[in-house]
Amino acid sequence: MQVGEVVDEQQLRDAVWARVQMARNVHRPHTLELVRAMATEVIELHGDRLFRDDPAIAGGLCRIDGRRAVFVGHQKGAETNENIHRNFGMPHPEGYRKAIRLYRLAEKLQLPLVTFVDTPGAFPGPASEERGVAEAIARSIEVMTTLRTPIVTVITGEGGSGGALALAVGDVVMALENSIYSVISPEGAASILWRSGEFAQNAAQAMRLTANEQLALGVIDEVVPEPAGGAHEHPDETARRLRARITSQLDALAGRDRRVLLDARYARYRQMGEFTVVSETGEPRAAPERAGLAERIRQLLDSGRAVLSGGDGAPLPPATPDSEDERHERGRAGPGDHGAPGRGRAAHPDRPSHAQPAGRTRGAPGWLAHPPAPADRGGGWRCRDE
Amino acid sequence: MPIKLPFGGRRQSYPTDLWTRCPGCQEMLYNKQLDKNQQVCPKCGHHFRLRAGARLALLLDRDSFHERDPGLQSVDVLGFVDQKPYPERLEAARAATGARDAAVWGTGTIAGTQLVVCVMDFAFMGGSMGTVVGEKVTRAAEYALQERLPLVIVSASGGARMQEGTLALMQLAKTVAALARLADAGIPYISVLTDPTTGGVFASFAALGDINLAEPNSLIGFAGARVAAGTIAESLPEGFQRAEFLLEHGFVDQIVPRAALRDTLLALLRYMRVTPLSERNGHDSASPVGRSLAYLESIANREPREPVGG
Repeated sequence: MQVGEVVDEQQLRDAVWARVQMARNVHRPHTLELVRAMATEVIELHGDRLFRDDPAIAGGLCRIDGRRAVFVGHQKGAETNENIHRNFGMPHPEGYRKAIRLYRLAEKLQLPLVTFVDTPGAFPGPASEERGVAEAIARSIEVMTTLRTPIVTVITGEGGSGGALALAVGDVVMALENSIYSVISPEGAASILWRSGEFAQNAAQAMRLTANEQLALGVIDEVVPEPAGGAHEHPDETARRLRARITSQLDALAGRDRRVLLDARYARYRQMGEFTVVSETGEPRAAPERAGLAERIRQLLDSGRAVLSGGDGAPLPPATPDSEDERHERGRAGPGDHGAPGRGRAAHPDRPSHAQPAGRTRGAPGWLAHPPAPADRGGGWRCRDE
Repeated sequence: MPIKLPFGGRRQSYPTDLWTRCPGCQEMLYNKQLDKNQQVCPKCGHHFRLRAGARLALLLDRDSFHERDPGLQSVDVLGFVDQKPYPERLEAARAATGARDAAVWGTGTIAGTQLVVCVMDFAFMGGSMGTVVGEKVTRAAEYALQERLPLVIVSASGGARMQEGTLALMQLAKTVAALARLADAGIPYISVLTDPTTGGVFASFAALGDINLAEPNSLIGFAGARVAAGTIAESLPEGFQRAEFLLEHGFVDQIVPRAALRDTLLALLRYMRVTPLSERNGHDSASPVGRSLAYLESIANREPREPVGG
């Protein structure tokens, strides 16, 4: 792809939508499946001690590669009955209060916290409102911002708005390659901004919700590549890759002084977003606080590369000279910098390289379906056999 | 066949610059009278939405408000285009409202009691919280922490600003993190929820007041009522997501009619006096060092504040 080449809008939308569908795939491994595959021991804990146990959020104690941790995550079901039981991963307030209770447990036991995010959003019905879902989410965010123990967050599927963020205020936030993270569902955004749910694909594209775009925006710190065909095809391999990244981040955060940890967490969220300062008359009064960042991010996003280049061996289209540097240059006070030298794509020394299947970005422009480099072919499978 | 005459008969429409129809009782209200009554219908008590300036005038002592950071302006990081590009929407909102974004913050006094105040403006893009609103709320909280002044935030918002994507979502974490530090340091925060306060604003700073007050009949909820009804396909209970519903279920402390809001805040603030740290020990509270010192000290010296009788 040449810089400045016009990307077919419809093809771009299709490529983004393919990711949305992948993130929502019912066979994708959820919190319990991933933790069970990752950990040598899992002790699930139940209940918020206030009202009831919410099956849409699972949590407990686990031992990952010899490291003890508390885990909490959204839990969807793999088939209809279980999904009804799990409320399709949409927690009620008691789910968030159970999460808070487990965060506190992690703090008390001085165990690190690992959270997994995969929800369309918090449940919006009367029962939920009645018991204060907004308060529960706000409180959960509050507790995470000041929790005196390291937090590693993984977006594994759908990162749906506040219901996702309530579990996602980590020191390090990583995301599986085919996960999405958005402020509102594409359908919701379409019905409000386009006044019709039919424009969900436009909304999905406009909101920059794919993992790679979120990386470019600095909302997440790292994209963890999925095996060929997606996480649902190879849950064990997905869990293996996640385990490597989670343990590495936990180790990086482990020795950190608690005050330094909390200050870095505060700084991570404090610098989110972009604005300018203008005078009374609307003239720019001062240089933007982080000059040119917005413009640079936009260039990254506009090329379409960030969406369509997979984190997993999918070769980047011939890059403009600045792309990789930009990503790493974007210095910030967050701990990701320390935890993962050369964040993002470069942060996978143990990552098996292998090719992106042409089928994954179905409908994507021809230049996207890069033929796999022969040396890379089958890399993912080798690891799966381990 | 009726003949349409240019005169006589009952007037169907009133000039909107002079008259407003009350959505509560359908009464036509004379705008000047409505202004005098703080935008509350004298017939049925319906509370119309207040612009930020009117809200500040209502709450604070005359001329006591000093706005801070008026120049913060939103940036279109995502290159967001729906039916209109985001920069055009911003421009239109600025032109229509005369405001730069959906929140204003600064310092002021209520009957001489100093406080930090942040007021949202629903007229600007539905009061939606993008980076600028999140930044202003956060700066207000950080300033309240630094100066050890009580914080009052008046919310009116449809939620996070979709055009800023997850950067808007991150404002939930940013604002709440600042409020958590405030709480840690023992600085009081009063949240006033007005019509409407929904979505990401209610699910972050608005829900977390030491004391939550709401104006009568305000729409306050997490998910829009249509979203809720659409998702669950069951009818919604009477008064669902109204201020009274929240009072009943334990999420606001009091429902305060607009006419009593200032006095109620004053009565509460009398239990909340905090001494400015900068006055107590003299270090420059604006410097970075002073700021961290202030924060550390405020935690170290956390002691019960003597209640000052009202």
